[in-house]
Amino acid sequence: MSAGPGISAAAAEPVNHARRVIVAWLVLSVIATPLVAVFLGPAIPPGNGSDEASQQVFDNQVMTAVITPILCLLVVFFAYALTRFRAQAGEAALDGPPLRNEPRVQALWVAATGLIVLGLAGFGTFELLETGAGGGQGPSPIAEPGGTKKKLEVQVIAQQWQFTYRYPSLGGLESAQLVLPAHTDVALHVTSLDAVHSFWAYELGVKADANPGVDNVAYVETKGPRVFHVRCAELCGLWHGYMFNNGLVVDAADFSRWAASERKNFAPVAKYMPAYSHTYLPEPQRRAG
Amino acid sequence: MRSVTGKLALAVAGVVAAGVLIGFYVSKLTTQAGSPTYTVPVKTGGAHPVVDLTIQTVAAVGPALSPNPDWVSFLVRDASGKWRRETVWRLPAHATVHVTIYNFDGASGLRNPFLARPQGVDGNRIVVDGKPLAVLPPDEASHTFAVPQLGLIVPVAPVPDDARNQCGYAPCSLSMAHRTETFTFHTGKPGHYRWQCFVPCAAGWITGFGGPMQTIGYMDGFLDVV
Amino acid sequence: MTTMAATLRAPLWRRLVGFNLLTAIVLGVGGWYAGWFGARAIVGPSLDYFADVDYNELSVFLAYLGGVVGFLAGLGFLNYPLARLRGYPPSLREKETEGIGRYFSLCTDHKVVGIQYLWGIGLFFFIGGLNAMLIRFELLRPNHQAFPAGTYLTLVGLHGTMMMGMMTSGILGPFGNYLVPIMIGARRMAFPRIEALTFWLLMAAGAILETTIFFGGFPTGWTGYVPLANEANPGMDNYILFFALVGISMTLLGLNMIATIVTMRAPGLTWTRLPIFVWGVLSTSTLMVLAAPVLVATLSMEALDRTAQTSFFVAGAGGSNYLYENLFWVFGHPEVYILALPGFAIVLELLPVFARKPLWGYRLAVAGLLGVTLLSWLVWQHHLFVSGINGDLRPFYMLSTELISIPTGFTFVCGMMTLWRGRIRYSVPMLFCLAWFFNFLLGGLSGVFLSDVPSDVTTHGSFFSMAHFHYTIMGGLVFAFFAAIYYWVPKMTGFQLNERLGKIHFWTMFLFFNSTFMPLFAAGFLGQPRRVVTYPQGLQFLNDWVSVSAFCLGASLLLFLFNLVYSLAFAKVPAEANPWRSKSIEFQLPSPVPVHNFDRIPVFSSDPYGYGEAPAPVVAPAGAPAGRS
Repeated sequence: MSAGPGISAAAAEPVNHARRVIVAWLVLSVIATPLVAVFLGPAIPPGNGSDEASQQVFDNQVMTAVITPILCLLVVFFAYALTRFRAQAGEAALDGPPLRNEPRVQALWVAATGLIVLGLAGFGTFELLETGAGGGQGPSPIAEPGGTKKKLEVQVIAQQWQFTYRYPSLGGLESAQLVLPAHTDVALHVTSLDAVHSFWAYELGVKADANPGVDNVAYVETKGPRVFHVRCAELCGLWHGYMFNNGLVVDAADFSRWAASERKNFAPVAKYMPAYSHTYLPEPQRRAG
Repeated sequence: MRSVTGKLALAVAGVVAAGVLIGFYVSKLTTQAGSPTYTVPVKTGGAHPVVDLTIQTVAAVGPALSPNPDWVSFLVRDASGKWRRETVWRLPAHATVHVTIYNFDGASGLRNPFLARPQGVDGNRIVVDGKPLAVLPPDEASHTFAVPQLGLIVPVAPVPDDARNQCGYAPCSLSMAHRTETFTFHTGKPGHYRWQCFVPCAAGWITGFGGPMQTIGYMDGFLDVV
Repeated sequence: MTTMAATLRAPLWRRLVGFNLLTAIVLGVGGWYAGWFGARAIVGPSLDYFADVDYNELSVFLAYLGGVVGFLAGLGFLNYPLARLRGYPPSLREKETEGIGRYFSLCTDHKVVGIQYLWGIGLFFFIGGLNAMLIRFELLRPNHQAFPAGTYLTLVGLHGTMMMGMMTSGILGPFGNYLVPIMIGARRMAFPRIEALTFWLLMAAGAILETTIFFGGFPTGWTGYVPLANEANPGMDNYILFFALVGISMTLLGLNMIATIVTMRAPGLTWTRLPIFVWGVLSTSTLMVLAAPVLVATLSMEALDRTAQTSFFVAGAGGSNYLYENLFWVFGHPEVYILALPGFAIVLELLPVFARKPLWGYRLAVAGLLGVTLLSWLVWQHHLFVSGINGDLRPFYMLSTELISIPTGFTFVCGMMTLWRGRIRYSVPMLFCLAWFFNFLLGGLSGVFLSDVPSDVTTHGSFFSMAHFHYTIMGGLVFAFFAAIYYWVPKMTGFQLNERLGKIHFWTMFLFFNSTFMPLFAAGFLGQPRRVVTYPQGLQFLNDWVSVSAFCLGASLLLFLFNLVYSLAFAKVPAEANPWRSKSIEFQLPSPVPVHNFDRIPVFSSDPYGYGEAPAPVVAPAGAPAGRS
């Protein structure tokens, strides 16, 4: 560090610290932002498993691009300030200049943070209202992808500690595995029979809490055939960590084959099933003895 | 004031005391709800081993087997015919497991009737008192033996409420009122698979899903497939 | 002096008899058993439900309530009210205790309470940390290994609840109680007995929480969501009692702080001359007073659900678990700012001293603190973005959540501009303050993803959000907490802390903190939910890395503990009165600060940040006559 002579030079000919920082920041941001946007952003999960997942990836891409210049500004500022303005061994008794305020800096900062914040909130709202982004929206969703287009309704029933799935369009068929047809608009109706769970279909970008007595709707538009992972994302008791399963997206022919075989398997229990309903409230106090 | 040696002795004593406390704490946590692993004896070895597993389900586990005598529980019968309250069972991989459940408990009923359909077992059938069943009426289910990661769901048939000579607490002898249920499943790949009961059968607990339903060693356990 | 000589002469056993911690523990245990058997005798046989199990919720509740009453009575909290009831005049006799014994008894000297808080909170901080180590040990392998699945959940709950409950008072307790009266030129807090009560309530609460392991633990984590909490073992009652007592303690602490700051400032200490730390305490206290009662009410309802079988939160029986979730987060979100705000204040208080410049933008900094205080009330439903609660308000909560980064940004710009063109000295407290900027920046920027609903769908309830709040709370609050310790403990104890050990502690802690929590952002994005005992095989390397880093982080904290014990008990290098050349008033007093703080009440003529300015007297020695104690 040659800050010693630098300080004496500063006394003679003031160094424009602010300009240095701003130039360094601009250079760094101009280099870093596109790199982050192009390479890091798209690599952030959940990937390309559904329209909603792709939308989340796009969101993450935009947000990483927005926060990169902010990160750069602080990194450059601190790197500069902490090295340039450190006290030298000999001048321990010196104080800095008594700068108490600079209204222009304050105004600029408030305006800049305000603009970024409003922009991000506006962007997020737009993205949310377009499709619901795969999140659980409760019983009366306000963001429905593709308008009122007919969707395949699938009910997700959570209980301690397993998810099962009911298909009203297949005669109330229930299955222990979630199988969805490819390239289809699906409305997932998530509910619980006991504790609060959260249905998380990771690669599909879907997460919706399962509450007893509540119909929580999330939309997803599947893409091509694939395997996806389902996990419970809300602490629900002893086997919370083991409440996972694989789901499948399959093409239309495979889906009907699967439905036919499941129907056969389901037939013996069909007569005992309650009528399809958006919520089920088994007697909550039911206990043995 | 105090000498340096005195202070050092105090500091060492403090460290030792902290160590003892931490040791007690950790041992309390590791042993609390744990259940020792019971290795199920292999009947026929080889690439496709065959195993017999004999289980008993009881409404109250009794003071001899548990500090919580009124908890509902699974018990496993070892080679000497003794009933053990151990629910982590070591089984060989790719094995055929013939299971016999003696149930001494009454009906509680399933929250989700779908689980009354036996699945993941040979023929998707259970044999109750010699009679094969493709489904058990859901309200009659007493317990289930379910291993979700293996796709295994088995409802357990109940002892009728008006049966004579009902078992008060475990271990129950086969001369008392019980149902005998048998089925066969396959263990598949090695792994650590949890099993549980889906019937809200924990008497005395709000929603019937506390205590024994959420404690390994009673209505929950592992299949340690090796 | 005569009392001191008398105590020294008395035999040890005589000195141990009286209203002190020992008596409190004895009476506490007695009260516990009285409550336990009382509940069984009165209620047990009358209800079939209770007769069915060995222990019941009611006996656990009454046992612990009896224990708390006995504990407080043993400390002597009933003496004063009873004496007043019998017509004796008011007194502050508790203050006159001298010697080491006052740290183990009810003492109304705010400096003693501050030091009690420091050690008490520190003890529970280390217990919470031990639980974190055990969690990370379990997560070394993708499948279950050391702890049964249920015990793992108890560990997670113990760690989270202990940290969120205890560390709420982590800065206001030790440093607020010790420094606020001094900084505002007062001799004591407004309500000294209540001040002592807040501390001893916390200690009772901490013991109650840890003894949950004898009642089967609790499976719900720190949020205590219903219906799981309704199903849980009696250990759940320990959680309810812990958090309710903490809530009461927080409310009282906040009220006391507000009353003290508003009414007891010395002459000349106008609102614009108040140290920024006191502003931070004031805004935190406001949040505490308004938020903690909601928690106490919520937990009372949950206690009734569990004991009296009401159904406030039982769906299908007239209740709703959303009611619990809303009430909990109405408390819970201000709670996280109760944790964060003191960190803001400490960083802004310390930066001017070590940058040798006045605090830049004092009013903006205050506006930042107050803005966070206000906005933190408007954001709670961002914890419920995917809960299925009516979704119409989600854009609003997204906006309000992102708006909160504006006042938070004020803290950043004021701190950064204070550094600008300063003469920065890298002492240990300053290092912790600078690390705060780094950690809180990452915490804040990761918060952008969580506040954005589409991105939150994936990150919600995953390790990403867990890493986020560890960056803001551990990286924010705990780093500021250590800055405060290194900065003020020499003043509080009169002994220096070892600088070299302090620097090693800082660098290892900073390094391993980041090495622990940064990979967890990735784990969350890759699909690992919070509070799981298992995870996909592919995430093992990441988790092992994190676990090893966490153990190193734990070792770094043990090094701090060693430094504390070594410096205060063995090295004993006397601290200068003003080792940092601070202009703040506490450093104009001797170390340690004398019992009555000031001979005369000081008169303030400026704020304490006049570095580089003409030496105006911050404190005029001659003030009002010393009659205000």
